[in-house]
Formats: sequence, structure tokens, C-alpha cells
Amino acid sequence: MEGKKTMRGPGGRRGMGPRPKVENPGLILRRLFHYIMSKYGIHFGVVIVCIIVSVLANVQGTMFMQTLIDVYVLPMLREGSKDFTALGAAILRVASFYGVGVLAALAQSQIMVYVTQGVLKELRNDVFLHMQDLPVKYFDTHAHGDIMSVYTNDIDTLRQMVSQSIPQLINSGITIGSVLFCMIKLNVPLTVLTLLMVGVMLVCSKKLAGLSSKYFLAQQKALGAENGFIEEMMQGQKVVKVFCHEEENIRRFNELNDALCDSANQANKFANVTMPVNAQIGNISYVIIAIVGGILAINGVGGFTLGGLASFLTFNKSFNMPINQVSQQINFIVMAMAGAQRIFTLLDEKPEVDEGYVTLVNAACDEEGGLCESEKRTGMWAWKHYHKAEGTTTYKKLEGDVEFLGVDFGYDEKKMVLHDIKMFATPGQKIAFVGSTGAGKTTITNLINRFYDIQDGKIRYDGININKIKKGDLRRSLGMVLQDTHLFTATVRDNIRYGKLDATEEEVIAAAKLANAHEFIRRLPQGYDTVLTGDGANLSQGQRQLLAIARAAIADPPVLILDEATSSIDTRTEKIVQEGMDKLMKGRTTFVIAHRLSTVKNSDCIMVLEQGRIIERGSHDELIEERGRYYQLYTGNKVAEG
Amino acid sequence: MIKTLGGQIKEYKRDSFLTPIFMILEVVMEMIIPLLMASIIDDGVNKGDIHHIYMVGIWMAAAAFGLFCGVMGGKYGASASTGFARNLRKAMFENIQTFSFSNIDKFSTASLVTRMTTDVTNLQNSYQMLLRMCVRAPFSLVIAMIMSFSVNAKLASIYLAAVIGLGLVLALIIWKAMKYFTEMFHKYDDLNASVQENVSAIRVVKAFVREEYEKERFRKANEALYYLGKRAERIVSFNMPLMMFTVYSCILGISWLGARMIVQSALTTGELMMLLTYCMNILMSLMMLSMVFVMLSMSVASAERVTEVLREKADIVNPEHPIYEVKDGSIVFDHVSFQYKKSSEKQVLKDINLSIKAGETIGILGGTGSSKSSLVNLISRLYDVTEGSLKVGGRDVREYDLETIRNEVSVVLQQNVLFSGTILENLRWGNKEATLEECKRACALACADEFIEKMPEGYDTYIEQGGTNVSGGQKQRLCIARALLKKPKILILDDSTSAVDTATDARIREAFAREIPDTTKLIIAQRISSVQNSDRILVLDNGEISGFDTHEALLKTNAIYKEVYESQTNVGGDFDENGGEA
Repeated sequence: MEGKKTMRGPGGRRGMGPRPKVENPGLILRRLFHYIMSKYGIHFGVVIVCIIVSVLANVQGTMFMQTLIDVYVLPMLREGSKDFTALGAAILRVASFYGVGVLAALAQSQIMVYVTQGVLKELRNDVFLHMQDLPVKYFDTHAHGDIMSVYTNDIDTLRQMVSQSIPQLINSGITIGSVLFCMIKLNVPLTVLTLLMVGVMLVCSKKLAGLSSKYFLAQQKALGAENGFIEEMMQGQKVVKVFCHEEENIRRFNELNDALCDSANQANKFANVTMPVNAQIGNISYVIIAIVGGILAINGVGGFTLGGLASFLTFNKSFNMPINQVSQQINFIVMAMAGAQRIFTLLDEKPEVDEGYVTLVNAACDEEGGLCESEKRTGMWAWKHYHKAEGTTTYKKLEGDVEFLGVDFGYDEKKMVLHDIKMFATPGQKIAFVGSTGAGKTTITNLINRFYDIQDGKIRYDGININKIKKGDLRRSLGMVLQDTHLFTATVRDNIRYGKLDATEEEVIAAAKLANAHEFIRRLPQGYDTVLTGDGANLSQGQRQLLAIARAAIADPPVLILDEATSSIDTRTEKIVQEGMDKLMKGRTTFVIAHRLSTVKNSDCIMVLEQGRIIERGSHDELIEERGRYYQLYTGNKVAEG
Repeated sequence: MIKTLGGQIKEYKRDSFLTPIFMILEVVMEMIIPLLMASIIDDGVNKGDIHHIYMVGIWMAAAAFGLFCGVMGGKYGASASTGFARNLRKAMFENIQTFSFSNIDKFSTASLVTRMTTDVTNLQNSYQMLLRMCVRAPFSLVIAMIMSFSVNAKLASIYLAAVIGLGLVLALIIWKAMKYFTEMFHKYDDLNASVQENVSAIRVVKAFVREEYEKERFRKANEALYYLGKRAERIVSFNMPLMMFTVYSCILGISWLGARMIVQSALTTGELMMLLTYCMNILMSLMMLSMVFVMLSMSVASAERVTEVLREKADIVNPEHPIYEVKDGSIVFDHVSFQYKKSSEKQVLKDINLSIKAGETIGILGGTGSSKSSLVNLISRLYDVTEGSLKVGGRDVREYDLETIRNEVSVVLQQNVLFSGTILENLRWGNKEATLEECKRACALACADEFIEKMPEGYDTYIEQGGTNVSGGQKQRLCIARALLKKPKILILDDSTSAVDTATDARIREAFAREIPDTTKLIIAQRISSVQNSDRILVLDNGEISGFDTHEALLKTNAIYKEVYESQTNVGGDFDENGGEA
């Protein structure tokens, strides 16, 4: 439960590290705008109308102050009239305007909720759906934390922007415009004074913002350093104990902690000061207007009245507020742009292309003993191959015959990892790869299922170039059991069923039995209904592996790719896992990255890899006879034992 | 909880006290301004007394004083809250340093990191808000209310009604929305967790061609989140219109009643305007208060998590009169039983009796869960025995000074860590004063010298955080060398050569036998080759001793040992485990 918190802590919204510079904010803003408009353009139009209505309702209310005092109160006071009907009617009129304003505000906020949540939903969908189509290479070359932060931080900052900043900006803009208009109408000199004070306010805020951002940067840096230290030490806490390094650690921590406190203090100080400074400049502006306006009203300069002053004072207050808001919202928008940039970068990644056209279909034998397509699940599969040139379709039985012809491959163009790989596996054969770490064993298995595409040469599957086979169909015909098992948060049953979504209960149990997993599953508190969490954290390494085997078994693929575990499972569990693997391999073409002697010995053919080349090949006995690298590896083991 | 957290304010008490004082003064000044304005209008403009207006100009000083107070409040608020956060982090870190292994096991690494970073930042922000806003908002509400009542009680009672009404509705909104928001955050966490899972398991997804399936699952979960989010936000979105409604109603009510009163001379124009200004102050304060409340209640979870760490008491502490010298490397287990939690029923070790002489080499073998690590962790008192007694050098381990026993019993942990810093710095964790020569000798013993010297910067090579720039086998050898630098009387290797190839593994053991013959050596391993040459081999099974004898004797008498031996020497062993390394 705690682990999840790191991904989206309550404060995760603000991201810890300093944000990268946005390259072209205008372009990103335009794109984002387009994204929102294409989906919620009409809604946004309505929202803008609503904002205009509610702002105008507010402004007319403030203007009414003047009317109230100048037209009703003062004359009535002078005349001593007690007839309030005219005033009552005026108030009702204002009330109805206000009513419309409140309704508009209500409509606006409700529509905005719809728009905001909608945009977030669509963005999440788009990002996830696109991400699923990206090649494995993308996930290998990008830190998973960075990918996750698109979901946890970046989309979240956009929420702020869409739901708050944009409507706020529109509101502020309209308010500033209409208030300015009214102020000019009321009195020009006072308007100039108000604007002057706004100028002072802006200059002060900018100064303070500059100072504060300098310290904020320092704070981010100090925070990063301290977080790094905390993370490292929490991870190594047991080692710290073993080496009695506590005192030393506290000393180093205190240095970092004090530095962080200093910079945070400075940064917060300047940020805190901004608000009262602006508020008091606003107050001073208010007082100045009251005094100057008072003088103007007494002398009746330019027909300025007491009622005018009352309205003007309110406008003065409501003019300063949106100006402060605009500067605040701009900060948010800049932050959101950095997030939007990362979102769009992900959306712009090129998806996996699939130009394959050979598909895998259920097959049956027709009357003449040939193959034909079948609607039902027959247990027999065939490659449906459409020949464009002749316009004919042929069927070829799926057997699991794999052939590598002079394959060259590198993760990037410049550095080749595999050179001139030649090999073939006939149906049912077991091919083992051995060799030291980094020799290219795992890489070969990444090529058969086209997680990566080869640079040169050819890979044939049942005689068909794998580039012609639709990726989905190709992968469906290959079973994979990886070292990192990767189970999902779901029940044990659903995890096994991942290999065949429509599997029946019997099939699940049969697969579990085949993988030797049935026994331990039965002993789990809820059996097959036990919910696994955190990549099967509640299971042992061996048990996880058994589930992964069961998952592959239920898919019943003709070809298997296995990556044996090297990690230290104890000998007994290992035996059970080994048996499960052996049962799974029976009758299937298998490529196995071998770590166990037994696996190697039982293989039909062993490929010894070194630095991306197959340097030896043959059966165990043949290779021992050859007295090459394999012999060395094999006996090296023996020497150490003796 | 408040007491524990409050105890960390310490030297920032003065600042914490001054902040609200300045905030109150600022509010008072702010509240005086509408009063001034009323005076300008009534005594100045209405009576045509220009001098009165100039007189009032002096009151501008009030604004300046308000500014001063605001700035001071901001300054002290910043230092109080950042200082509080500093003390919290310091107290947490220092407390964590006293944690024993079982304390550490209770919290996961990730959770400790979150508690020290995100949670403390949350508390810092909340504390600042508490000092500044929590005092300011109700004060400004109360003062504005008092002012309004002193001007005109009849009209002010409209405000009182509005405050009560709005307050109740706001409370209702918060109460309803919080429920949905908590639910939404949970769903959100779940969604992100499943994305995370998907990202790390992308090979499985693609291998089983489950992209469309995953997309569909995500779409559904996302849709559910969308509905929850909409529901929660829709409730909250009533805030603004509601606020507008209340403000407008007040303005209209005051205008209507106020105008009548002015005509009846029960109110002046200036007073009317003053009242209208207070209207905004009162309702904005209320709004602010509700926001502060929401934010504070959101940080309660953080406060709880931080308190938990602060309150955790180390369960292994130094004895009162510790012994500072370990006589020799002999180890005696006397009816030792052990369980990780007092409450749990599962005994990890059951009635262990063992006697190991100084200088012996002992191999330890057993399946996962047979409690090998638990057994050795007791020796350097990383955990305390539950029953029985464990003696090192003839004295119970609980009598020794903690630092002494841990330096004399050097453990190379199974899950080991190197720290960012040079190789030399990492080695010197074992002994701060170790000379380069001593470090080199330790590395030679651990067979680490060969690869270190091949590195471009040798012993000054920088190790990245988590030791990512060295291979697993190299890391293990560095860890062994680091442990050797303590020159311990007892050396424990907990599966510490699993990633080292068998030949090097053998060389390390030979070096041990040759160079440090007087040190008692305990070696836990999965590989039989790593232990079979030991003086004696301890076979553990399910927390009990299954056998303790020489290789030859065990082969004859111990079924488990025999089975493991045969499986590894015939067809079950490691074939190439990092065979190419070294």
C-alpha cells in the first residue's frame, strides 16, 4: 500500500525536480488549445458566454451603487420623501440581473467540470492507448519513472490549467476590460491614478517574483540533493547499521537538511511577502482614490458625485484582484506547458508498424486431405498466406519450424550486437543458448517475436519470412516465460488466464497442474481466487515462476521461448520449477536461455554465443569432444567443485 | 499526534508565535480602512470639509503599518514553517538511525522516503497555512463582523445570517465532496498502479498480444474514474455560484434596508459603503476558512505517517554497562528460539543449540525459508533472540556495546548496497582510518583487486547510487572487502558470492583460509561447492538443525544434504552462472 504512495503522493502535484525548459510554448499552447477545442469547442463557447454574462452582472451591480446613492438616497434625503416604490423597482431590476449572473456562473462551473474531467479522461485514454502501440524499444530506452510521471504529474497539472487557469484568465480579462470601461466612464483622472498604482503593484510583484524564483531554484536543488541522500540511505539502512555508520550519516544529513531549510526559508519568505505587499498597495490605492475622489466630489469637479465615488471605490478593489490573479495563473500555465510538452512527446512517438499480412487461422483438413480455414477452434492452426501477385490464398500448417539466415542485429545502427547468426530448429526441437552475460542470448529471443527488427538477414517461421506475418499472430504462436515473471494485480486464476482469456476453469487447473503450480495454489488462503498484488509480492520467487509457466501453458503455443531463472531459488523449489518447464517444453520447439546443466544436456542443439557470434554448436557430447569454449565453461564448473 | 509533531517546533516557537500576531495586526489595519473611508465620506465629502480629508490622510500610515505587519508575518511564517519541516526531517532521520532491523522491516524503503519528503513538505505547507491563514481568516471574519455590528446591528444581522447559512452549506459541500474525493484518489492510485504494472510488464503484454485487452481494461477504469471525478467536482463547483449568490443577496438586502435607514436618518451614506465593503471581507474569510479546512484535513494522513515514524521506538538499545571487548570469535547458541514479531505464531528458529570454536569455517545450507539469514543476523545482534541465549566470546551478545559487537562480527548482507562515492570511500565504511595499503589488501583477499585495477581510475572510480556501474559479482566482492576492513573476529557471508563465478569463489575462500585463519567464518550459500570444504556444515531445515558435521559425514547421514549434493553435481547445477565474468 505504501509503495503506491510514492507514485502519487499528496504533494506529487508539484513535482520534485526542477522542470525542464519548454521549447516552444506558443506551439504547445496552440496544440493543446486545438486538442480541447476539437472535443469541447461548443462547450467552451458556452462557457465564455456564461463568463461574460456573470462578469457583466457583477459590474452592473457595482454601477448601481452610484445610482442608488445619487438617484435615490441623496434626493430622497433632501426631499424627505418616504416613497420607496421607485427604489424597490430598481433593486428588483438589479436583483434580476444578479440572478442571471448567478445562473450563468452556475452553468459555467458545471460545464467546466464536464470539460475538465472529459479532457483528462480523453488525454489519459489517448496516452495509454498510444503507449500500448509503442514498440518494446520505447520502454527499453525510457526510464519507467519518466513514463509514469506523465500519468501522475503531467496530466494532473493540466487539470489545474483547464479547470482553473483558463476560465480564470478569461474571467480576469473580461473583468479588467469592463471595469476599466466603467471607471473611465465614471472619472478619467481617478482611473489614471488607479492604473498608476497597478503599475507600482506589477513592478513590485515582478521584483519579488524574481527574487523568490532565484531562491526557489536553490530550494529545488537542495531538495533534490536531500531526497537523493534520503533515498540512498533508506535503501542502505541495514548496511548502515551493520557498519555502525549512524553518527556519520546524521552529520551528513544535518548539513543537507540545514541547507534545504535555509533556501526554503528564503524562497517562502519572498513568496509570502508578495501577497501582503500587493494587498497593501491595493489598500493605499483605495485610500488615495477615497481622498482624491472625496476632494473631487466636494468640489463637484467634472460632475463627479458621491455615488460615483462609491462605485469607483468598489471598482478600484475589483480591478486589483484580477490583475493579481492573472500573474498567478500565468505561473500555472507555464508549469502546465512543461507537462503538456511531455505528454505530446509521448503521443508523437512512432507506434510499432505492422505491415505483415500473413495471419494465423484455425484450420481443418478438407475432404482431399488439404488444409482449409475453419470457423471453430480446432486445435490445429494454419498460416493464411495471400499472394498478391497471383491473387491466390494458400494455407500452411503451423508447425514451429524456425530458421535464422545470416542475421545481423544491433540495438542502435552503429553498434552491432549479433553478427551473422545462422541456425534452424525443426518442430519439437530444443535449442539451448549458453554463453556469458552480454553475449547476446536474450537478444536472439527478442528477434523471433519481433520485439526488435533485424538489420540484415532473414528469419523464417514455417518457411515464411516473419516480416510478412502479422505481429499479433506471430506473437500468439510463440509462448514466452521470462526471468522477470511480471504478474498482474488480479486473482491467480486471472493471471493464468492471461494466456487465454476465454479459458474454462478446467483449462486453468489443467495448466496449473502441468506447471506444477496447482499444489501451492490450493494451499493459498483463497486458492485460485487469491488476489496477487505488487507483481506477486505475496508469493515466493519460485511460485511466481510456476505461475508464469502455467500462463504460457494455457496459451498452448507451438514454439516456446524460455529464459531460465538464475536467481537463487533453493534446490527443492528449483526442481519443481524445472519439472514444470520440462513438461511445458514437451513436443514444442523451444528456444531456451539455459542456466541449468540439466537443460543444456537435454537439448537437441546447443549454441555457444560469444560477443554476438555463435562460436560453437552441437549436442552436449559433440561439444565436449570439441574441447572448445563449451568444454571450458562446463569443466570450469567441475574444477571449482573439486 | 499533535503533541508529537508540536514537540518538533522547538527553536521556532518564537517565530510560530509572532506569525499569527502579525497576521492579526495586519487584519486589524485592513479593517480600519473601510472605517476611514466612511469618515472621509460622512465628515469630509458630505459636510464639504476638505481639511478633514487631509486629516484622514494621516491614516495612510495604517496601510503602511499593515504592510509592515504583512511582511513580518510572511517572514516569520516562512521561517517557522521551514524550520518546523527541518526539525521534523532531522528528528525522523535521527530516529530512523536508531532503528533496529525489525524496526526497519516494519516500514518499506519507499514508504520511509515518502514520509521524509512528500509528507514533510505537506506538513510544512499546512503549518504555514495554519499560522497565517487559520488565524487571519477567522479574525478578519470576527473583526469585520464586530465592526458591522457597531455600525448598525440591524443590518449586520443580515451578515450573521449569511455567514451561518453559507457556512452550513459549505460544510455540507465539503463533507459530501470529501467522500467522493477520497474514493476518487483511491481509484486514481489504482489506475496509476495498473499503468505502472503495464509499463514494467510490457514484454508480457506484447508477447501474449494483449494490447487490445489492456486498452479495454484501461478504458473501463478510466471511465469509472471520470464519473467519480465528475461527481466530486460537480459538488465542489457549487462553491462559486453559491458564494456569488450570498454576496449579491447581502448587497441587495443592505442596499434596500440601508437606503430606507439613510432616508430615516438612522444610517449615513459612509456607513452604508463601509458595510458593503465588510460584506466582501466576511464572506471571503469564510470561503478561505473552508479551503484551509479542506487542505488541513488532507494533510492529516501525512501527519499520521510522520508521527508513526517519530513514535517508533528502537527495540534494540545499548545495555547500561556495556562491554567494549570481544575476547574471541567463538559462538554458542544456547536453546535459541526466534520469531520476527512477538505476536506472530510462527517460530523462525526453534531451540537451536550450537557451539562454534574461534577460527572455524562453517558452511550453512538450507532451502529458502529455512532461516539461514535469521540465524546469522542474531550473532551481531541485528535482531534479538526471543528465547534462550546467544554467546560470542563467552558473553551474551546483549551485554556488549552495540558498536563493538557489530564491528567484531562483520556481516556481508544478502541484499547489499554500495553507496555513491569512490570505491575507496565505500571501502572505508569498514574502517574510516584504513590506509590505501590496507584497502588494497582487503580487496586482494576478496579478489576485487583484479577488476578495480583494470578500471581507468582504479580505487578512485566513482560508484553510482545503488552501485549500478559495477556488475553483480563485482559488487559482491567489494562488499566482502568492505566487511574485511573491519578486521572482525567473526566474518559472516550471507549468500555473498552468488553472482561470483565458481572459480573466483573458490579463490576467495582459499585466501580466507590462508590470510585470516583466526577469524571465525560463517558462509551461507546455495552452491554446494561454496561450503563443502568448510570445517563443518550446518544444514538448516524449516528453522531447525537438520545436521551439523563435515561434508563426508553429512553425505552419509543427512538426507537433505545428500539430495542437494546429488542434484548439483549431476544435472541440476548452475551451468554458466556468470561464468564469463572475472
